[in-house]
Amino acid sequence: MTELTHMRPASMSSAAARFDLVPFAIFAAFAAAPFLASASGAEGYVLSLLTRVMIFGIAAMSLDLILGYGALVSFGHAAFFGIGAYAVGILASHGIEDALVQVPVALAASAFFAAVTGAISLRTKGVYFIMITLAFAQMLYFLASSLAAYGGDDGLTLPARSLVAGSGLLESDYALYGTTLACLLGAYILLRAVVASRFGRVLRGTKENITRMEAIGFQPFSFQLAAYVISGMIAGLAGCLLANQAEFVSPAFMTWQRSGELIFMVVLGGLGSLHGAIVGAAAFLLLEEFLPEILHAASFFLSDDLRWRLTENWQMVFGPILILIVLFARGGIMGLLRRGHHG
Amino acid sequence: MAEPLLELRGLRKTYGAIVVTDDVNLSVRSGELHAIIGPNGAGKTTLIHQISGSLNSDAGQVLFDGEDVTQLPMHRRVLRGLARSFQITCILPAFSALENVALAVQARSGSSFRFFGDAARERALNEAAMEYLSMVGLAPRARVAGGLLSHGEKRQLELAIGLATQPKLLLLDEPLAGTGHEESLRVVETLQKLKGRITIMLIEHDMDAVFSLADRISVLVYGRVISTDTPERIRANEEVRAAYLGEEEVV
Ligand SMILES: Nc1ncnc2c1ncn2[C@@H]1O[C@H](COP(=O)(O)OP(=O)(O)OP(=O)(O)O)[C@@H](O)[C@H]1O
Ligand SMILES: [Mg+2]
Repeated sequence: MTELTHMRPASMSSAAARFDLVPFAIFAAFAAAPFLASASGAEGYVLSLLTRVMIFGIAAMSLDLILGYGALVSFGHAAFFGIGAYAVGILASHGIEDALVQVPVALAASAFFAAVTGAISLRTKGVYFIMITLAFAQMLYFLASSLAAYGGDDGLTLPARSLVAGSGLLESDYALYGTTLACLLGAYILLRAVVASRFGRVLRGTKENITRMEAIGFQPFSFQLAAYVISGMIAGLAGCLLANQAEFVSPAFMTWQRSGELIFMVVLGGLGSLHGAIVGAAAFLLLEEFLPEILHAASFFLSDDLRWRLTENWQMVFGPILILIVLFARGGIMGLLRRGHHG
Repeated sequence: MAEPLLELRGLRKTYGAIVVTDDVNLSVRSGELHAIIGPNGAGKTTLIHQISGSLNSDAGQVLFDGEDVTQLPMHRRVLRGLARSFQITCILPAFSALENVALAVQARSGSSFRFFGDAARERALNEAAMEYLSMVGLAPRARVAGGLLSHGEKRQLELAIGLATQPKLLLLDEPLAGTGHEESLRVVETLQKLKGRITIMLIEHDMDAVFSLADRISVLVYGRVISTDTPERIRANEEVRAAYLGEEEVV
């Protein structure tokens, strides 16, 4: 028995080492995709879909920092999407179109919003924390809806994508894709470092046992708040990218459904692994995109009428599929892969 | 007579109509091992909560190292050298034994607002942590996840974590509870070694351990300290025998 327990962490760590291949595979796939896209003939569509996937990957990964490593269930993370997107949209509508201004403003606004709402939300725990983060995000949603000068409910169409130091580089879909990929990689490397650092270790400790952390002399609040701010800023960056990808900004970017989807992506991919959040975002968005076609193809044996109805109501299949993955793949898709390695 | 390291003045805690600790006055001298004994429900754990700051007191003061710490939260008291263990084991189950201790070392060595650099590979933290683990006899189990340790080993780990915060005063809430015979011997041996080097307040039901380790003993009954004295005098004290020792037939 003692022998067994002694063995376990050792074998776990070697599995973890093999596991580092997964992020490499993910980034290699994203790097290779544009070449395949140009061969496919529908490059505009493929690039825009994958750019979206990476943008959501960035946001989901930022959520994973507080959710997966800090056990803070923020149900208002889409608010940062909105802040980033509106920073781009509002500045652009005033003629400030350079990303070198827009992005810093978006990051500062995200940090400010995170610091203020985090300082209040983190005084509560559990379900209250969930509710209060939701409430703050809803406040922002209604604020955006009421901004008549910036399109109100209907949102705001960007005159063009952001400039980069005066050049219209991002007008090319390939360049936007590459920029997004660079942001995804940068966010991943940054978060990976944060998680392993002294700071990250304290954050992980607060997830395990708050009382123990206080009893060795840490104040969990300040570490949680700092993590919340970092997370919010990275999600804000994703918002800037989303505005550019859609060339459009609207309150719909920060609905509570969107916040829920982000949580879902993280859980789907596997909490607390960072790259799991990217996989979760990809699985979610690609399934959402292709499920109608998949259902159509898979239901060849049904009558045309039934087949059509099934395809039309693909969401009735989407929900249960997600629920099944979460229920039966503990640890999400990453957990599934890990077990595959062992077994 | 040197100034006491810890002094409690009129400490009190109530839950509604229930008075759990009542006008507790107590002083712990620097360097001594001061045991607190008392029947179940006497308020010993509550008293530790009040001293460590995990529970606010309704009245009274906690003076530590010459300063009033009554209003300080637990983490601030820890940084001043007031550490504790818990009656119900309190560790980080997913962290290895080494990392549990290394994190406590980290709390006392430089800022933890460092966002880069792999903390798990910080030599200084790991070496210090390993020393504390050796001190409690847990070095061979350093790489095992905290949650996978046996109950007794978890108690030893908690002791190592407490020591790693470099306390002046260590509050131990039943470190022997639920440990096997050998583990309990090892903990007693560790405490014997620590005695005199740091000040310890020990709550324990194991009377053999208490009477062999303690310099002084306070007896808590229904939230009140009925006596504080040397082990020999406590053993002979009529009031104590009537209130506590007598009923359990342990002397
Ligand atoms: N949160 C609470 N609400 C109400 N009563 C409480 C609370 N916490 C403790 N008590 C009561 O306070 C009394 C003292 O509890 P405490 O845990 O301090 O005793 P103890 O001396 O440590 O006992 P033991 O030896 O069993 O550990 C008990 O009667 C308990 O029921
Ligand atoms: Mg107790």
